[in-house]
Amino acid sequence: MSEHLQNTLTSMQSRHDVQVEEFRGEFTLFIKPENIQKILLELRDQYDFNVCMDVTAVDYYPQETPRFHVIYQLYSMPNNIRLQVRTRLDGNSPKLDSVQHIYSSANWKEREVYDLFGIRFTGHPDLRRMVMPEDWVGHPLRKDYPLGYEEVQFSFNYDEIMINKPHPKD
Amino acid sequence: MVDIREVSVDELRHLVSDRAMTGETMLLNMGPQHPSTHGVLRLLLELDGEAVVNVIPDIGFLHTGVEKTAESKNYQQAEVMTDRLDYLNPMGNNLTYCLAVEKLTELDVPPRAQAIRVILAEIQRISSHLLWLGTSALDLGAMSMFLYCMRERELALDIFELVSGQRMMTTYIRPGGLWRDVPVEFETAVRNFLKAMPRRIQEYEDLLEKNEIFLDRTKGIGILTAEDCFQYGLTGPVIRGSGVAHDLRKKQPYSGYDLYNFDVPVHPEGDVYARYRVRVEELTQSLRIIEQALNKIPFGPVRSNNRKYVPPPRSEIGVSMEALIHHFKLWTEGFTPPAGHVYAATESPRGELGVYMESNGTAKPYRVHLVTPTFSNLQAVPIMSKKHYLADLIGIVGSIDIVLGDADR
Amino acid sequence: MGLEQKAGNMGIVTTKLESLVNWSRTNAMWPMLFGLACCAIEMMAAQAADYDMSRFGMELMRASPRQSDLMIVAGRVSRKMAPVVRKLYDQMPAPKWVIAMGDCASCGGIFNNYAILQGVDEIVPVDIYVAGCPPRPEGLIHGVLTLHEKVRKERFKDWA
Repeated sequence: MSEHLQNTLTSMQSRHDVQVEEFRGEFTLFIKPENIQKILLELRDQYDFNVCMDVTAVDYYPQETPRFHVIYQLYSMPNNIRLQVRTRLDGNSPKLDSVQHIYSSANWKEREVYDLFGIRFTGHPDLRRMVMPEDWVGHPLRKDYPLGYEEVQFSFNYDEIMINKPHPKD
Repeated sequence: MVDIREVSVDELRHLVSDRAMTGETMLLNMGPQHPSTHGVLRLLLELDGEAVVNVIPDIGFLHTGVEKTAESKNYQQAEVMTDRLDYLNPMGNNLTYCLAVEKLTELDVPPRAQAIRVILAEIQRISSHLLWLGTSALDLGAMSMFLYCMRERELALDIFELVSGQRMMTTYIRPGGLWRDVPVEFETAVRNFLKAMPRRIQEYEDLLEKNEIFLDRTKGIGILTAEDCFQYGLTGPVIRGSGVAHDLRKKQPYSGYDLYNFDVPVHPEGDVYARYRVRVEELTQSLRIIEQALNKIPFGPVRSNNRKYVPPPRSEIGVSMEALIHHFKLWTEGFTPPAGHVYAATESPRGELGVYMESNGTAKPYRVHLVTPTFSNLQAVPIMSKKHYLADLIGIVGSIDIVLGDADR
Repeated sequence: MGLEQKAGNMGIVTTKLESLVNWSRTNAMWPMLFGLACCAIEMMAAQAADYDMSRFGMELMRASPRQSDLMIVAGRVSRKMAPVVRKLYDQMPAPKWVIAMGDCASCGGIFNNYAILQGVDEIVPVDIYVAGCPPRPEGLIHGVLTLHEKVRKERFKDWA
């Protein structure tokens, strides 16, 4: 583990309420959702993590509550190290502060997380659906959303499926 | 659901400037089907005459739901879908996915497989840059460039077909190494490719470099500073065209890239011309890497021996009981990596392509998230195109090399 | 027979009206530029030098639907894109034909989920299906030639 990363993690642990985990050489910082803006601002300004490569989420329904983990992948360009920051969010109307003013790349990525998971980001200037059509109902990547697949049409169920398939009018 | 909804300007008030409300500027839709949007990208333009005031990109027309579908398939089955994301770089997508699986399972990859992976990834980079060159020159008016570049691309696709049987979506790179060893004609074919390419690259440079129209349309257009690149998370030739020497093949090498000598072309101006020069010079550097890798390919197996993750060869199944059981488990259920999460990233022709993979100890991945370069690069189009004309916007969108399968996943 | 021999010297040819109209339609069928995903790259390769499609009359790919006869749906059609495809199909003037190129346009391909239409024939009537993922350029050309054969067999009653 590089020295810069070591210093970052120890000072983060001493100053804020965080937990550090390590798996296959990668380090993850678990933080509380209220502190997200403060900690990311500090990581960007004092510890040179100036690029936010990704904002994404994982849904742990129904095994775990809180249900969502929101993950930020940070990269420090001068020191060439990666760090992952995670928060845990509850399931009913999850809200999180937007970090769009800290890292501009989070603008579209937070929109995508809202579209696919339903997590609202307060303070985001333009929170609309991104990859699904605008009038879509539901958030597809949640675990209780069905895959929506069509049953495979073999010769024994050919007719039943042909009745339910939409056909064009001309 | 097969309706188009009419949207009034009021709904977009927060995105467009105040002049659009009074009708002073015009809102134009450069819709999903357009010859120069390189895929299904919708750009909502706010124009003051011909000058661009604001650009709002709208993506999602190619959303495939790969991440959700991968959660219901095995690791081997999910790899087939990764080919089709960035469809100009299928070998690179496979490689990134396999690096993530290998990191998660701590699988070893033999050196022969690593060298062949490097060769194939670099040939893929060359073919992707050739297609970019052809289509972006076509946008700027140089029609014959398209035909020349496609002709060269056929040579690269012939090599892929020789190795795996498929021209584009090969799924040749599998966790633990490669699907099977390369045939004996591979080396001759790659050497012929290496002999033919430098003269052709010289031809392309001669066609475009001294052309005044091309230089006028690319120099000083679409300037991006290095600070913008950091803020928006841009990587790849875009950031190298703005003066920052960031290349994951040098900074965090994977698959044996640290054994080869190559340069990383960097140009400081940050305009369309700088990005063009970076990509053309990358073609030459890729040829260098391929030559070094081809001269140094070691002999040996091409896939790991760990039978928990890699199927045994057919000859062993008849003789050994464990091999039969492993084959059965891998074909019916699939392999089960330990629980945990990893992030693996490689340098695709467009930028940093990353895979975040999380496993919960079963045979199906719990979450596969792809961090694609085009999604980040498209965010920068509005800041690059302020104070330019509509015709320049076409050149700018072409220079960041978008592939919509990458952006929408 | 005697009539044709005499008429041939004057430069007159007799044939059925159907054959003449169908022949002229197949010889200059202009496709619309409608590449969506990976199959679009193979469609471009089929248009380029090695597997030239302009020898079959498809010299240009027209971007505007008002000026094209053939829509080659190359690639996967997502739910957000479906109304756009239908609108473009409606904007094409008759006679028009549709080729569903690739597995995703024919039947949904490997993507059987909420986001992809399981075959573009859910929204537009398709004449020819070309299989492959992506189909080789020769496969696409075979599909185009099969369409030409189909058009040559069209009868008077089917027009418009």
